[in-house]
Amino acid sequence: MDPLKLSLFELNKAVQQKKISCLELTEFFLKRIEKLNPQLNAYLAMNLKAKEQAKELDQKDLSQFKLAGLPMGIKDMLCTKDLKTTAASKILENFIPPYDATLVKKLKKQGVVILGKLNQDEFAMGSSNENSYFGAVKNPWNLEFVPGGSSGGSAAAQSAKLAAATIGTDTGGSIRQPASFCGVVGLKPTYGRVSRYGIIAFASSLDQAGPLTANIEDAALMLEVIAGHDPMDATTSQKKVPEFSKNLTRDIKGLKVGILAEALQGGLHPDVEKSLQSGIEALKKEGAEIFEVSLPLLKHSISVYYLIAASEASSNLARYDGVRFGYRAPMNESGSTLDEFYSKTRGQGFGKEVKRRIMMGTYCLSSGYIQAYYEKACRVRRLVLNQYNEAFKKCDVILSPVSANPAFKIEEKISDPLQMYLNDLFTTSTNLAGLPGLSVPFSLSQNKLPIGLQLTAKAFDEQTLLNVGLALERNSLVKTENPHVI
Amino acid sequence: MSSNQYEAVIGIETHIQLKTKSKIFCADATNFEASDNENASAISAGMPGTLPVLNKEVVEMAIRTGLALNCHIRKDSVFSRKNYFYPDLPKGYQISQYDKPICENGFVEIWLNGKHQKVSITRAHLEEDAGKSTHFGDYTLINLNRAGVPLLEVVSGPDMHTAQEAAEYGRTIRQIVRYLDVCDGNLEEGSLRCDVNISVRKKGQQTLGTKVEIKNINSFRFIEKAVEYEFERQVDAVESGQKIIQETRLYDPDKNRTFSMRTKEDAEDYRYFPDPDLLPVILTDEKISSHKKNLPEMPSVKMQRFMSQLELGESDALFLTSEKNIADYFENVFLESNNAKSSANWVTTELMRELNSRNVKIEDSPVEAKRLGQLIQLIDKKTISGKIAKTLLIEMWTNSKGPEEIAKEKNLTALNDSSQVEKIVQQVIDDNPDQAAEYRSGKTKIIGFFVGAVMKASRGQAQPDLVNQLLLEKLKGP
Repeated sequence: MDPLKLSLFELNKAVQQKKISCLELTEFFLKRIEKLNPQLNAYLAMNLKAKEQAKELDQKDLSQFKLAGLPMGIKDMLCTKDLKTTAASKILENFIPPYDATLVKKLKKQGVVILGKLNQDEFAMGSSNENSYFGAVKNPWNLEFVPGGSSGGSAAAQSAKLAAATIGTDTGGSIRQPASFCGVVGLKPTYGRVSRYGIIAFASSLDQAGPLTANIEDAALMLEVIAGHDPMDATTSQKKVPEFSKNLTRDIKGLKVGILAEALQGGLHPDVEKSLQSGIEALKKEGAEIFEVSLPLLKHSISVYYLIAASEASSNLARYDGVRFGYRAPMNESGSTLDEFYSKTRGQGFGKEVKRRIMMGTYCLSSGYIQAYYEKACRVRRLVLNQYNEAFKKCDVILSPVSANPAFKIEEKISDPLQMYLNDLFTTSTNLAGLPGLSVPFSLSQNKLPIGLQLTAKAFDEQTLLNVGLALERNSLVKTENPHVI
Repeated sequence: MSSNQYEAVIGIETHIQLKTKSKIFCADATNFEASDNENASAISAGMPGTLPVLNKEVVEMAIRTGLALNCHIRKDSVFSRKNYFYPDLPKGYQISQYDKPICENGFVEIWLNGKHQKVSITRAHLEEDAGKSTHFGDYTLINLNRAGVPLLEVVSGPDMHTAQEAAEYGRTIRQIVRYLDVCDGNLEEGSLRCDVNISVRKKGQQTLGTKVEIKNINSFRFIEKAVEYEFERQVDAVESGQKIIQETRLYDPDKNRTFSMRTKEDAEDYRYFPDPDLLPVILTDEKISSHKKNLPEMPSVKMQRFMSQLELGESDALFLTSEKNIADYFENVFLESNNAKSSANWVTTELMRELNSRNVKIEDSPVEAKRLGQLIQLIDKKTISGKIAKTLLIEMWTNSKGPEEIAKEKNLTALNDSSQVEKIVQQVIDDNPDQAAEYRSGKTKIIGFFVGAVMKASRGQAQPDLVNQLLLEKLKGP
């Protein structure tokens, strides 16, 4: 039996029927990690109790579990009890949370074994995973290329099959873009669908965690496990969570798919443009009704996104002050002031990009500037949402690229933050509007790098998103290929 | 030029610690006596990934307080973040309310110089308290038990002009929150904190002078003294041509002076913005009006009612309404005795004396309001004399029976049997022939001597009216 060929549903069944034990499955993935992680740098810290926990699960009645003994990797933004959680930052280098994020609790409750913590851009700020204090992650399809970011470790680990599934977070595309770059499915749920409790905050009004999986069916199953109201997170929805995996259908006849008009107006990498065109053809073939929809405000979404995300981040990251936890700068000189203590600790503890965004956000919220930046951005954000609402009066889902280009080379864009920010052109507006977004691996570029297509749906309509995703997946050219490292 | 050509302009910010069992944004307890950092979970400590969830009880208390302060209650109030760095502020920001506070535009009535006077309330907003730093030479310890304790900050308008008004305003706020049972009003433990803003200007001038904030004054008497001192200091400064600096000062009660704590030259920019972790607090008219219906009678209204309906004097009414428990007790005494004047007298004098000497609170009084009412009834029915009643009150402290029963047991009922009293009266006249003669010769004032003697002989049990009547008859002589 090859665990790599089975879906989560099938793996769960295999474990329940004792065709493979939790321990065997855990050891299987640990061996892969041992072999491949040195090349990829996807895992930051391993759960040293994984085998022990798998053994314990083997003693249990697993018949009620949905993910019995399935080994998974978790992005380092999510707090894991007794397991180091760093947000890939020096400032949290040795932070061991005394609690599990609600999402992690929910996974464990369904029998998941946590293998370890996955690399990312520091505090999820980045689009290439080069901003990690612990070094860049490599793209399993070609080690010279970035895996995307910020959930680069989650995408790379899933792509190289170093876990049955992984968890990422998405503030402006951080699940969807690396999923696209690494050829895996990446789902950003509706804002409020999944609890943020225990997830290190980057931009609270935009952050949402979700799964990166080998296929759509796995993503549906993962979402139904991690979603739901949480009394610890006031922004979670009370809405009932549907059984996404059971309701999954690829029958999309008559479904209205809007093609993002702005993506058709040029500016795409030729391989991405080709991918989009063949995606449109595939959905036509599956019986969907296709027409263009326009989101004219899309061109402002990056500015709006960076103003809001940086503003919130500047406040969210204030707690890393060296007082109660995390890195504290050595203070040898006597007579040093509190301000010196803060500036040294934070100056040494945070990386360059994080500091850039803290300064940007602090500026945006400052007296005399807040009206022109933060408040204006919030107003445009509402207009972006209105525009989506108008579009969804006409269509059920919107199809667009995830990114204007396939994965780029390591160090290609790192010195040009603006170029880097433009990576998020097609993904940030989804977060601004709080909508669910899905990245489906669809084709390969000329130099054999995967390209994903993005679907966006109405708030809390992840089911339609997944159904259309399934129809796309059936026509995907990626699934027959494997990453270089495998 | 002297200070009486100047007036002070005073506004007060009061931090009211709401009496909830748990904190405003998490389940940690709020008890004052907990050991260091006992009430500091991951959420109170601002650990990564933790989130605030609003305690509903806090909102209820804020609505009640706002209504009692005659405020408009906002149907959509918003929590914002006030960003600043300090070691005892775990998240690097304080969750507070900024441009959309829960209560706005109210007023309180304070009682001064024999009349009620209005002081406007600009706003009252909810926020979380910070932790506590204790500095020891070259290190500092931080206790986060207080971090996240709910506060309602009530901001008055700059309506007050004298030290007495300022102190009375503080007392009135304390009285109201204690009536509502939303705060214990303990200034020394810091559950009620007053920051006084004061500036001076020439009388008749419309513009405001530069204000100075005096922080953390822990008694109302000190508010009065601090304002008096600060007024004089500022007038002196202005008179001698100095500029008043906008600053925060502290009051030192031992030296009776204020001193500078920090200047506000480098005024901090708090970068307020709506907290994305919390939803706006949405209230309905129904909810607000149901709270309004359930508000207790406020002290100023109660006081006016005691004066107009029960015809009590100002000082009795003022004292009896000073605390809700005293007012409740008094009203229950009155309910039983049906004699407002007497009930007021007994509560304000005899009962309070006994309570104070034993250091007992009125709500814990072993002589319940009902029994004190019964005692007053016995006097009114002339079953006992006032003097016996005082003895009975002491007896009742340790004896839970009804006053009438105790009186009977102890043989303390008044002698209403005129034949018995007559015997004593006759005996006293016979024993004092000289004084009887004096009376008969016209020195009628000496009757007081006879009354005293009869009362003594009857061990206080004779009815004074009856004694008087019999003495008058007998002393007329043959």
